[in-house]
Amino acid sequence: MTTGASDPGAYAVRVRGVRKRYGHVEALRGVDLDIAPGEVHALLGDNGAGKSTLVKVLAGAVTPDEGSIEIGGRRHRFTSPRDAQRAGIETVYQDLALAPTLPPDANLFLGREPARPGLLGRLGFVDRKAMREAAGTHLRSLNSKVQDLGAEVGSMSGGQKQAVAVARAAMWGSALIMMDEPTAALGVAQTESVLDLIRRIRDEKGLPVLLISHNLPDVFSVADRVTVLRLGRRVLTAPIGEVTATGLIEAMTGADTLRGAS
Amino acid sequence: MTDLASRPAQAPEAGARRRRAIGAQRLSDATILLLLIGMIAAFSVLTPAGTFLSLSNFESVLLTASQLLILSCGTTFLLIAGGLDLSIGAVTVFSAVVVAKVMGALAGTAAQAADFQYPNLAVAVAAAVGGGLAVGLGWGVLNGVLAVRTRIPPFIATLATGGIVLGLASVWTDGQNVQNVPLPFQTGFGLGKLFGVVPWPIVIAAVVTAVSWVLLAKTRFGLHTYAMGANLEAARRAGIDVGRHMVLLYAGMGALCGLVAIIDVGRFGTASITSHSGDGLAAIAAVVIGGTSLFGGRGRISGTIVGALIPAVLQSGFVIMDVQPFWQNVAVGVVLLVAVYVDQVKIRAQTRA
Repeated sequence: MTTGASDPGAYAVRVRGVRKRYGHVEALRGVDLDIAPGEVHALLGDNGAGKSTLVKVLAGAVTPDEGSIEIGGRRHRFTSPRDAQRAGIETVYQDLALAPTLPPDANLFLGREPARPGLLGRLGFVDRKAMREAAGTHLRSLNSKVQDLGAEVGSMSGGQKQAVAVARAAMWGSALIMMDEPTAALGVAQTESVLDLIRRIRDEKGLPVLLISHNLPDVFSVADRVTVLRLGRRVLTAPIGEVTATGLIEAMTGADTLRGAS
Repeated sequence: MTDLASRPAQAPEAGARRRRAIGAQRLSDATILLLLIGMIAAFSVLTPAGTFLSLSNFESVLLTASQLLILSCGTTFLLIAGGLDLSIGAVTVFSAVVVAKVMGALAGTAAQAADFQYPNLAVAVAAAVGGGLAVGLGWGVLNGVLAVRTRIPPFIATLATGGIVLGLASVWTDGQNVQNVPLPFQTGFGLGKLFGVVPWPIVIAAVVTAVSWVLLAKTRFGLHTYAMGANLEAARRAGIDVGRHMVLLYAGMGALCGLVAIIDVGRFGTASITSHSGDGLAAIAAVVIGGTSLFGGRGRISGTIVGALIPAVLQSGFVIMDVQPFWQNVAVGVVLLVAVYVDQVKIRAQTRA
C-alpha cells in the first residue's frame, strides 16, 4: 500500500500520523502522506474522506490534534496560513482568491509587492516596472496563455484566471503547490491547458504538486502517483501506472460497499 | 462535443468583451472630463466676457471646490476599499465646533477679544488645529472599528454615528453657531494667500489631492486598498492586515474632516452647525461621478478631481447667469445617475466574462 522508498530525505513533504477531530467527528484518523520532489501527486477521496481537512492542515488553516509535517527533513508546526507559506507551501483554492479589478502582475505579487530602491521603497512605493517584468517572465516560463499584463483579471476567461492563480502559487511556492479541484469549473480546452501548467510546474520548476480532484481522467492524465483517503484514513498510495479507474473507485467507496450493492 | 465546438467561436468574443470593459473605463474617465470642459466652455460663452472666464472667478471656483475635494479624496479611498462613510459632514461640524471653541477660549479673554486683542493667538491656533484634527481622527477610528469589528454595514453604522456626532455637536452648542473665532485666523489663514497669490484652502486641497494621488497609484498601501475592495477574502489570504487597513482608511477620512473643519472655520469665522449636513452625500456623488465604483476595487483620484469641480463650476456659472443656483443640485443629480449607470454596465461587462 505504501511506497517502497525508505529514505526519509527522499521526500519533499512527509506527513505522519495526522489526526483531526471536530467534536464527535474524526475527520483524519492518523494519515500518512509522502510527496516526492517533482512529482504530481493526486489526492482522491469521496466527500467526507478527509481530503479538504488534510489540505487545510498542510496549508496551515487547520492545526492538527496529532501528527507531524516534515519539509525537506525539517519538522514544522503550522498555526496559520502564513506559517505554511513561509515553509514554502502555496495553495490554489477553488475560488482562486484573485482581485478581479487588478492586472495579473498585481495579483501575482499581492501582499508581496517589490519595493522601489532607496527612500521611496521605505515609504512604501511599489516597483511597478520590476513587478510587471518579473510577472511577464514568470508567466512566459509557464507557457501561460495570459498575454495582456495590463488587463484586469476579472475580464479574463476562467482558464486565464486559473492560470494566474496557479502561476502565483508556482511563483512563491518552494516546497509544495496544492491545488483544490483546479479544473472543476473549466471546459475541455481550458482543462487541458491547466493540466499542461501543472506539468510545467513539475518539469520546469521541479516543484511537487498535490492535486485534489474528483476527475479521474485528469488524474490519469497528469499524476505520477495517487493517494486515496476514505473515512479519514489513507487506503491507497500507488504509482499511477499500477492502478485502474475501477480500482480507484473501489478504494474511494470501499470495495465491500460496491460488492454489497451489486 | 458542443463544448469543444463552441470554443473557437468564444475566444475572440471574450477578447472583444475585455476590450469593451477596459474601453468603458477609459471612456467614462474621458467623458466626465469632456463634460466638465463642456460646462466651462458653455458658461464662458453664455456669460459676459471677463465674468465666468476670469482668473478671479477661477480662484473662487477652486476655493468653493477645495473643501469638497479634500473630503472626496478620503471618500475615494474608502469606496475603492469597499467602505463608506456617511458621517463625514457631522464629523466636520463637530471638529469645527472644537476648533472654534478651543481657539476662542485660549486666544484671550472676552474683553480682549472685544477689542480684537488676542495675546495667546499662536497657542490658541496650534491647540485648535491639533484638537480639530485629533477629534476628527478619533471619530474616524470609531467608524473604522465599527466597520471592522461589528457586522453592521458601514452605510448604517456611519449613518448612526453621523446622527450621534451631529447631535452631540448641537447639544454642546445649543444648536447655535460658534462665533468667537479670532479675527486674525480668518484674515491670515481662511482669507489669506500663500505668497499673496494662492488662497490657503486651495493650497491645502492641492497638497491633500497630490498626496492621495501618489498614495493610491504608487504605493503598496494604494494597491492593497484596491485589492480589498476587489476581493476582501483574497486580500486577507494574501497576508494583508485588512482590519488594520480599513481602520486606517476611516481614521484618515476623519482626520480629513478635521482639516476641512479648520479651513471652514478659517474661511467663515464661525463653526456652522447646519451647513455641512449634505457633505457626506456630496462627496460620494463627486467620487462616483469621477468614475470610482460603488462596488469597490476601482477608481482614481484624477476622476475625483473632476467630480469635485463639477458642482462648483455649475454653481458659479448659474450665479453669474442669474439662474437659481439650486439648479446645480438638479444637474449634479442627473450626472450622478448617469455615472452610476455606466458603472453598473461596466460591472456587468466584467462579470459576464
